[in-house]
Order: sequence, then C-alpha cells, then structure tokens
Amino acid sequence: MATYDWFFNALGLRDWCDAGTSEAPMSMADLFAETGNAVEEPFYAIPFPSLDALNEACGQITQTRDVVKGLEEGFLAIRPALRTILDPITQPLSWMLDGTLYLFTQAPWFLIMAMLLLVTWYATRSVSVMLFNAFCLSFFAFVDHFGPAMETLAVILVCTVISAIFGIPIGIAMSKSNRLQRMVIPVLDLLQTLPTFVYLIPLIFLFPIGESRLYGIAITLYAIVPIIRLTDLGIRLVDQDVIEAGNAFGMNARQKLSKVELPLALPNIMAGLNQTIMMSLAMVVIASMVTAPGLGVLVLRGIRNLELGVGLMAGICIVLLAVMLDRTSKAALSRIDRAKSKTS
Amino acid sequence: MLKNTPKVKLRGLFKIFGADDKSVLPHVQNGMSKEELLEKHKHVLGLQAIDVDMQAGEITVVMGLSGSGKSTLIRHLNRLIEPTAGEIVVDGEDVTQLSQADLRTLRQEKMSMVFQKFALLPHRTVQQNAAMSLEVRGMDKETQDTEARKWLERVGLGGYEDHYPSQLSGGMQQRVGIARALTANTDIMLMDEAFSALDPLIRTDMQDLLLELQLELKKTIIFITHDLDEALKLADHLVILKDGAVVQQGEPQGILLNPADPYIEDFVSDINRARVLRIRSITNPLKSKKFAGDVEADDNLESLIALSEGDTALTYRVMSDGEPIGELNMRDLVKALVPRISSTQAA
Repeated sequence: MATYDWFFNALGLRDWCDAGTSEAPMSMADLFAETGNAVEEPFYAIPFPSLDALNEACGQITQTRDVVKGLEEGFLAIRPALRTILDPITQPLSWMLDGTLYLFTQAPWFLIMAMLLLVTWYATRSVSVMLFNAFCLSFFAFVDHFGPAMETLAVILVCTVISAIFGIPIGIAMSKSNRLQRMVIPVLDLLQTLPTFVYLIPLIFLFPIGESRLYGIAITLYAIVPIIRLTDLGIRLVDQDVIEAGNAFGMNARQKLSKVELPLALPNIMAGLNQTIMMSLAMVVIASMVTAPGLGVLVLRGIRNLELGVGLMAGICIVLLAVMLDRTSKAALSRIDRAKSKTS
Repeated sequence: MLKNTPKVKLRGLFKIFGADDKSVLPHVQNGMSKEELLEKHKHVLGLQAIDVDMQAGEITVVMGLSGSGKSTLIRHLNRLIEPTAGEIVVDGEDVTQLSQADLRTLRQEKMSMVFQKFALLPHRTVQQNAAMSLEVRGMDKETQDTEARKWLERVGLGGYEDHYPSQLSGGMQQRVGIARALTANTDIMLMDEAFSALDPLIRTDMQDLLLELQLELKKTIIFITHDLDEALKLADHLVILKDGAVVQQGEPQGILLNPADPYIEDFVSDINRARVLRIRSITNPLKSKKFAGDVEADDNLESLIALSEGDTALTYRVMSDGEPIGELNMRDLVKALVPRISSTQAA
C-alpha cells in the first residue's frame, strides 16, 4: 500500500489509476519492496507528495525520472533549430579566438612581450606598471608557463573585446529606456548569480566540444554583465545640468551621446571594463572544463590527478596574471580620470 | 527700438507638473490655488497666466524667491520644459508649435543659455567649451577657434584657452559660460541665476561685465535672479514672480517707488534705496528759479546726498543730456528713502 492511496480513492480515481499502471522499469524502491526486505517504516516517515510518491499510489502520475527525460528530449528537439540560428552568428567568435590564440602562441616570445609592454605603456604611461608587467611576463617564461599564460591572455582579450562590443551599446540602450532596463536587469542578475557550471551544461549540447566558441560564449556571458551595468549607471549618473546645457545649445541625441554622455561616463565604463577583464580571467579557468586552453588546464590537471605542484604553479601564474591585468586597467582608468578633471 | 513689437512675448502661459496636466488645467484657469490643486489632484502648479513682453536689446529680469517658478519660466522660452498651455512668441514665431528639428535650430541660432552651475564640459578645455555652440552647428574648425578665442578674450579669459574648467575659479568658469553663450552669437541670451553661485565681490564684477557687454552688444537678455539688488542693478524691465504668477512688472524704479502689494513692499524694504533709486525717478517739474546746483538724472540719490552734504533745504536742477528736465528738493529725496511714506504718497 502506498501512502497516498486514500487521496485517489477519495477522489474516485481508483479505476483511472489502475488502468494506467506504468510499464516503466522498476525503481530501486520497487525492487526492495518486491524482495520483501522492505524496512518497516515508522509512522512519521510520510513521504512528501512528490511525483514518485504519487506514482506509487496511482500509475497515471509520471515519475520524476520521466520529467527529467522529457526535459532532455525537449532540449534535444529544439537543438537543431537553435543551432541553425546560433551557428552562423557565433562562427566569427571561433575565428577570432582561434586567430588570436594562433598569434599569441606562434609568434616569438620576445615579439609578444615587446607588444604587450608597448600596449601597457600606451594605456597607462606608468613606468612602475610597465616594470611590474615585464617582471610577470619574464616570470611566466622563466618557469616555462609562458605558452599557457599567453593562451589565457588571448582568450581574455577576445572575450573582453566581445563583451565591450556588445555590452556598451546594450548599456547605452538601457540608460535611455527605463523599460529596457527593467527587462535586462533580471537577466544580468541571473547571469551573475547562476553558478557557472549550470549554464555550461546546455552550452555543451549547443556547440560542438572542441570548437573554441563554446568556452568563448561561456566566458562572455559571465563577463559581459559588469560592463553593461556600469555603462548604464555611468550614463544615468551624468550631471543633468550638463545634459541640459547640451539641450539648450541644440544638440541632437547623437551629439549629446558622443560629446557629453559617453565622455562623462567614461570613468564608470572603464571601471566596468576592468571588472569584465577580471571576470573573464575567473571564468577562463573554470571554462578549462569545456576545453578552454591556458593555465586553467593545468589547474584542472592538478585537481584531477592531485598533482599539487602543477596546480600551485599554475595558480601562482594566474594570480600574477590577475594582478597584472588589474593594475594595468586601473592605471589606464586613473589616467582617464586625470585627463578628465585636470587639477592644477 | 519699437516698444510695441517685443522680441519675446509670453501669453497666457500655464505650466502644471503632473501626469495629466491638460485635464486639470481648467481648474487652475478657474482660479484653483496651488495648495488646493496639490491636495485634490496631486498636480503641482508651476506657472499661471504669465503675460510678459521682453523688448529687444533690453535686460528683462525675472525675480522671485525659490519655488516661485522663475527657473521654470526661463526654461519655457527654449522649451527645455514644455508648457501646459499658452503661447511663447519669439520674433513672431510661436515656439510651442515648432517641430523637434526646428526647435534645435532655434536653440542653436536664436537663444543661448548661461547656467547657475556653469554646466561646462569637464573633459574639454576652456576653448573647446566656448566653441561648443558652433561645433554643434557644424561650423568649420577655424571659425570655431577664432570666434571662441575672440569671446574668451572679451570676457577677460585671454590666455586661459587651454586650461580645463576645474582649474578655474567659479567666477572664471562662469566667464567661460558667458563666452560660450556669446560665441553662439544669438540675439537672445537666457541667464538662469547665472551669478548666484558666485561670492559677492565676484558677482559685482560679473554684473559690471554683463552691463558693459550689453552696452556694446544690445542683446535681448532674460536674467533670472533671487537677489533684488542684482535685479535692480541689471533690469530694464523687472518681473516679480510669486507662486508661479506675475505679481508686478515694469520699470524697476517704478516698482521700488510703487510696490503693488505687501509682498513686494516686504521685498523692497531691505534695499539700500539711496544707492538704487535714480534722481530721474523722483524728479518734480521745474518750479523754482534758484538752484544749489545741477545734477545728472541718472545719478543715484547717494551721490546727491554726498553733494548736498546732508543739507535738506537745498533744491537741485535735474539735467539729462544737457537739458533741464526738472528739479529735486532734498526734502523729497529724504522722503523717498523711506519705503512706507513714498509708497503711500504715490498712491
């Protein structure tokens, strides 16, 4: 006798229930019951009326495992349609990632180092940041981790650029429309709070493993959030008096955006970019589980094979890379701040 | 300048803030008060039944305490705020009927604005800020530069072109604001409490600068202030607002001598009348034959008191452009210094 028999009896559904005794294979609990070894359950062990418990009382009710199976089948059913749409759209991402990875791994180390330091100097104009970056890059090379570090850097670079390309316009649109803002914010909250593993699962089925866009999308989805938020916030925080002045001198919407709002929101947008870079780094390590190359792979190896040293060394490199990226982008940000409000 | 063709004409201007302003308008037109409107309909009355003429080449000062609607009023002229009802006629054209594109053209070419908090672009140099109005219009770089340079020089900021606004003091920043408005080369200049954020000495400097520029440029200036001294110093035409309605308007000396209601009487009672009132305003017709001396009609009373050395028995002949226009007995002068007497006498 199942716990909830009385419920279906009371409703007069007994016949209907018995008519549909499920043909599904036996569950473990059924098996136990049949062998007669069922433990005598104490009276308070009433099961929650879950699908499985109800199924015991009435065969017409589906079991949880069928629902799970249905989910899977449903997803697989819409997969071809999703793929015909998503494949061509995301193809350029694969090319960008592969191209950048090729460049960063195939070019001679001294060229890459020189290029990176040049970029650092151009962005920060700070000798100390440049010296620090030179030290870090040399360290990677010295401990033979230059290759993986550059792979990680290449992935971060591409994902940050993609995030900026999509995130800034979305942020601008949000700042202009309260309705859009109300619609987008829950999505951003979701992307930020969802444990990253959760959305790795559907991504694995949507994109072929081994194609770089798989992890590219996973990283971008995670890292795009702060730049959208801070672009929106930055534009909304622009001094209303200055915007009014723009209006009073007859600026149109485009002029206001390019001459007033974006320049004044730039410090916030740059802060968002800094966050995006840092989140890309965090995610590129996790995404090594779905074939993202770089230092994450070594960390994963350390976890899988309990190779403590490998994991620790990769960890040290990741920390250095993180500090490097953070210092550089923050120095660039403060340079913009200084240029914006030069004080004598 | 023809007095009967005003540059800017406001007729029956109403502004009600709230979601459904048009539908509560009839209540206000039927005389519902600001408090009642807020209580019953949750709408805020901004402006009611404003009729003002602003003459070309004159400084029209709109004065009122905070919350009187003066900033709301000035923002109607270039429609930064949309009116609920009424007409705003600039050069014979009703601004309320303009399309967005025409409105932008109006703002670019006919009206420029100076703001209380300067509202300069912090990421641009003084020069680039001053050139902003021309840049918006799509003028070539060279014109922008020469014009901006010219006006910066004119407001006394020559040599500061490459500084950033945050490197300048408040007074200098507002000079940039004025240069920006002048560079736009518009007939009409709107000044929203332009000098209120400056300290008193700088403020006096800026007022003098404005009057000096005005002598030469003859712009139509609409100036908002809450400071009566400033209003009296600058105004050719003074409009006093209270609770979104015009309480009194006219020539400032006239308002000072004949305040229309207790509110304005209160307002003008703290003024140093000897400095503000001009001899012209209290001159009587010529009667006497003998005078202690000649005085200029546009001098203020203070200078005459100094001249007479406080002797109230004297009578002076008042001259304007070398012609005698009347006489002034020192006794009348002393009476004019006391608000109550002068107003009851005039009434």
